[in-house]
Amino acid sequence: MLELRNLSTHYVSASGKRVIRAVDDVSLSINAGETVGIVGESGSGKSTLALTILRVLPKAARIVRGQMVFEGEDLVSKPEAAMRHVRGKRIAMILQDPMASLNPLFTIGDQVAEPIRVHDGVGRRTAWRKATALVRSVRIPSPETRVTQYPHEMSGGMRQRIVGAIGVSCEPRVLIADEPTTSLDLTIQAQYLALLRDIQRQRSLSLIFITHNLGIVAKMCDKLAVMYAGRVVEYGPVRAIFNSPAHPYTHALLNAIPRMGDNRRRLTAIEGQPPDLANLPRGCAFAARCPSTIGRCREEAPEEVSIDSGHAVRCWLSAKVATAAGPFVGAA
Amino acid sequence: MSSTTTTRLLRAQLPSRFGLLRPDFPVIPVAILASIAIMAVFADLLAPYNPEIGSLAARFKPPFWQAGGSTAHLLGTDQLGRDVLSRLIFGARVSMVVGFTAVIFAGVVGTTLGIISGYLGGWVDQVIMRITDAWLALPALTFAIFLAAIVGPSEMNIVIILGLAYWTRYARIVRAEVLSLKEREFVRLAIVAGCSKRTIMWRHVLPNVVNSAIVLASLMLGVVIVAEASLSFLGVGVPPPKPAWGLMLSDGKQGLMVGYWWLTILPGACIMLMVLSANLLGDWLRVKFDPQLRQL
Repeated sequence: MLELRNLSTHYVSASGKRVIRAVDDVSLSINAGETVGIVGESGSGKSTLALTILRVLPKAARIVRGQMVFEGEDLVSKPEAAMRHVRGKRIAMILQDPMASLNPLFTIGDQVAEPIRVHDGVGRRTAWRKATALVRSVRIPSPETRVTQYPHEMSGGMRQRIVGAIGVSCEPRVLIADEPTTSLDLTIQAQYLALLRDIQRQRSLSLIFITHNLGIVAKMCDKLAVMYAGRVVEYGPVRAIFNSPAHPYTHALLNAIPRMGDNRRRLTAIEGQPPDLANLPRGCAFAARCPSTIGRCREEAPEEVSIDSGHAVRCWLSAKVATAAGPFVGAA
Repeated sequence: MSSTTTTRLLRAQLPSRFGLLRPDFPVIPVAILASIAIMAVFADLLAPYNPEIGSLAARFKPPFWQAGGSTAHLLGTDQLGRDVLSRLIFGARVSMVVGFTAVIFAGVVGTTLGIISGYLGGWVDQVIMRITDAWLALPALTFAIFLAAIVGPSEMNIVIILGLAYWTRYARIVRAEVLSLKEREFVRLAIVAGCSKRTIMWRHVLPNVVNSAIVLASLMLGVVIVAEASLSFLGVGVPPPKPAWGLMLSDGKQGLMVGYWWLTILPGACIMLMVLSANLLGDWLRVKFDPQLRQL
């Protein structure tokens, strides 16, 4: 459905001297109806990756390499005018702060109807009828009156669901959700995720779910990509990664999640800071914080190696031990 | 803030029967503007005489309450024997028409350029803003006189001249607002939903800056009316014998020395009342539309 091949997006400073490798050599693929989770800490390139897919990057950013093959065509080389028909129509996106995603001056109906009018060229009435149906489909009671109301008349959870309705209004094939639940409390979050999953199932939608909540990943996603300093350091089926994380970073992330009923073990934090993306070390970007570096880690950046079917990792240790005892040994 | 206090002092203590008449609503300024507007619209019915034709036999008649005045000319006559009241009533039309159309013209030009400049950014922004800077460096009134001298006086030209002289303020304010608006999440959502830049500018950005533009327009109304009166006073405004308040002021100024005070004080008072009302209304609108100043 959507396949990213060696995609790199860099931010270049006005003078051209500083180059920030926000997304570096990322390869992912997502099939119809599948959910891919993308996790990583702030600044690891998750959001830039999302903006790259839709080609709505800020002026300073440039896609320097790679391909994005979507339904047989490469989105990287697609002209801007044609790209507009992809955005919202075939690949849609839900933004980080859905609370602010609605224009305060327009009714809900107008805003849900907008992408339909922009992309399908239908009249206001038809679009409104569709919008009402969409508002109903996101489980908002009495949609007929709700569409005539303004965003400030709705609760946060409702606004969020409206944003979801806008996302799927043109029946896209791929939906990118960039931390859609960060601003919600936990019960509303759970409701929203369940709704998103139902919508996905009904429409066999491919979902790219950007988050830093591994709990949500475990519940929502089929595949997981762990990003660190602009690179995907581990990529594979969620179950395989949770059961046997191959990259020391993934391992450390999983160790940092509190578990119910386990009061004895202290949570382990990852020492140090992520590297400066404008000045990456020669070797592996994680080497400075890694508990089990070997000599090679500081010399050469590891290539992606496949350790299992569909499970790939960028780590010299795994490359070495993949044939030996287990997926990952060493973290104390 | 002091003018806000004035608004509060000027507000009438009317019981609020209509939603419009909330306690802070500037009743008196709106009433003054409304009556000027009514005068302008129904000038033909209200004015007792033709404002452009006088009788030389009845020159310099004082208002009726002064010795020598009569109720035939309630506010007296001017140096050509024209009825001052009729001229004031028709003058309201000139001030209203010129004031409003010039403010709207300036507003449309300035807001459009402000939105384009702020939203597109880059070299477009640079070009528009440098033009605005250069324009602001010109003294508006001198510039207007210069333009008027080139194109010649007529009501239509005055509107265009004043519009060209004052659009820069709108452009500056609107651009600043657009800069913050375009980073708002709903604009980003429109981008990822595939809206074109044009759609975003006119459907998402424009409605959000209209409030500021309206507030600015109400404040600019006073400036523009004074500018129109000044141009007329200087002889490059509305051509005589059309009755414009500024022109009446100019024509009557010699009379002031010999006691014909009504020829200058009356049109001057009209200008002052209208400008003051426009400013008070603008002040109220500014507070009302500014969420930080708005009291719920």
